[in-house]
Amino acid sequence: MAETKQIVMPGDLLDTSQGKPRNGTYKCGENEFCSSYFGIVQVSDQFLDVVPFSGPYYPRRGDKVIGKVIEVGPSMWIVDINSPYSTLLHMNDSPWRTQSGDLKKYLGPGDYVYAKVMSLNEIKESWITLKDVGLRKLEGGHITSVPAPKVPRIIGKGGSMVNMIKDATETRIVVGQNGLIWIDGTPENVMIAIKAVKMVENEAHTTGLTDRIQSYLKELKGE
Amino acid sequence: MGTASDIKLIDENGLRVDGRSPTELRPIKIETDVLDRADGSAYIEWGGNKIMVAVYGPREAYPKHTQDIEKAIIKARYNMAAFSVDERKRPGPDRRSVEISKVISEALSNAVMVEQFPRAQIDVFIEVLQADAGTRIAGLTAASVALASAGIPMRDLVVGCTAGKIDGQIVLDLGKEEDNFGQADLPMGILSKSGKVVLMQMDGDLSVEEFDKATEMILDAIKRINEIQRQALAGKFISLALERGGE
Repeated sequence: MAETKQIVMPGDLLDTSQGKPRNGTYKCGENEFCSSYFGIVQVSDQFLDVVPFSGPYYPRRGDKVIGKVIEVGPSMWIVDINSPYSTLLHMNDSPWRTQSGDLKKYLGPGDYVYAKVMSLNEIKESWITLKDVGLRKLEGGHITSVPAPKVPRIIGKGGSMVNMIKDATETRIVVGQNGLIWIDGTPENVMIAIKAVKMVENEAHTTGLTDRIQSYLKELKGE
Repeated sequence: MGTASDIKLIDENGLRVDGRSPTELRPIKIETDVLDRADGSAYIEWGGNKIMVAVYGPREAYPKHTQDIEKAIIKARYNMAAFSVDERKRPGPDRRSVEISKVISEALSNAVMVEQFPRAQIDVFIEVLQADAGTRIAGLTAASVALASAGIPMRDLVVGCTAGKIDGQIVLDLGKEEDNFGQADLPMGILSKSGKVVLMQMDGDLSVEEFDKATEMILDAIKRINEIQRQALAGKFISLALERGGE
């Protein structure tokens, strides 16, 4: 049974008895809080968040993201992470023994990397790093994208959703917090996985989604 | 308030040329997410007006000297298609559309939380496909819907409406003939919840009493227009949920 969560518009007064207002809210009066997005209200623990239906990705420290190299400089790569601002990857933060000037050998424009946001400042300049477990250049595979606010839904509780898609389609999937998704496998399986991801994206605001995706995957595989 | 004429804009029953009462709006229809490429979009039909709005961004502002280190800048571009009016309009920006772009940008800057995006710009393209009086406020109304559907944080939705004076009487939402042959036209942009005025222009003359009456009419109509905006935004999601609810 699917039911929708409460939909709010910018400026709508929030019922703060459900939880402490946190993300996507602003103070709009004495002890009153309003929504700053067009989205749904989500109550978790003692907090109340407004999750927008769409919107760009805003980097946060520690997020693991998928980025596309757009420019190679003498000591940095400029990387597009699907956010209003592009980010920088310094050669000292890469796993390779680079020397100034030979960065092209390792990453060229158009290459994708799975990286971690290392730091960011007040004017939204940010730096990413490849020096951590699991971070790497993504070779082969396909890239698809969903709006960043829907990423938690793609991953599911404890990774249940993405693991289900992985197992059912026998693909390797990496989900970046910024909404870019890398999928590797046989072309047919990749197409099925992309379809499943798009379905999650379109119905992210309904409940009981995992079961529906499961039957959808079976249907796609012709079982 | 073009030419003075002896055209009767209000008949003996107190109805206007298109049969509306003085406080009646023209039919309004808003649709969201009509363009795939844009981050957010809306299409509005307001009486004879047909306007398409596309929102891109926030993204880094270019040229770089336009960047503001404190906040995002909103670049609205109001443009009328050559075929949008009776006589072909010479394409390209003119004095009028540059002015309207400016007032709309400023109105939207009051609703959008621009301080969250230093150095960025938000592009709002307002394309008038068919014009029938009141395009600036129709464009503004649709632009705020498009911004909300693009997931841009806003304090409030902006709602636009006009009132004016025809045949010596204050009426709501002027049509084309009323605009051309009336005595005054007062477009306003208002934040729906707080009632703050973010856009106001006036063409023609109104006395203080007439102005107050016109403002009152607009504030009343804002609620109705805001309801249409909300329906347009939420409609798609609610219907999808209902469809799924049957399973």
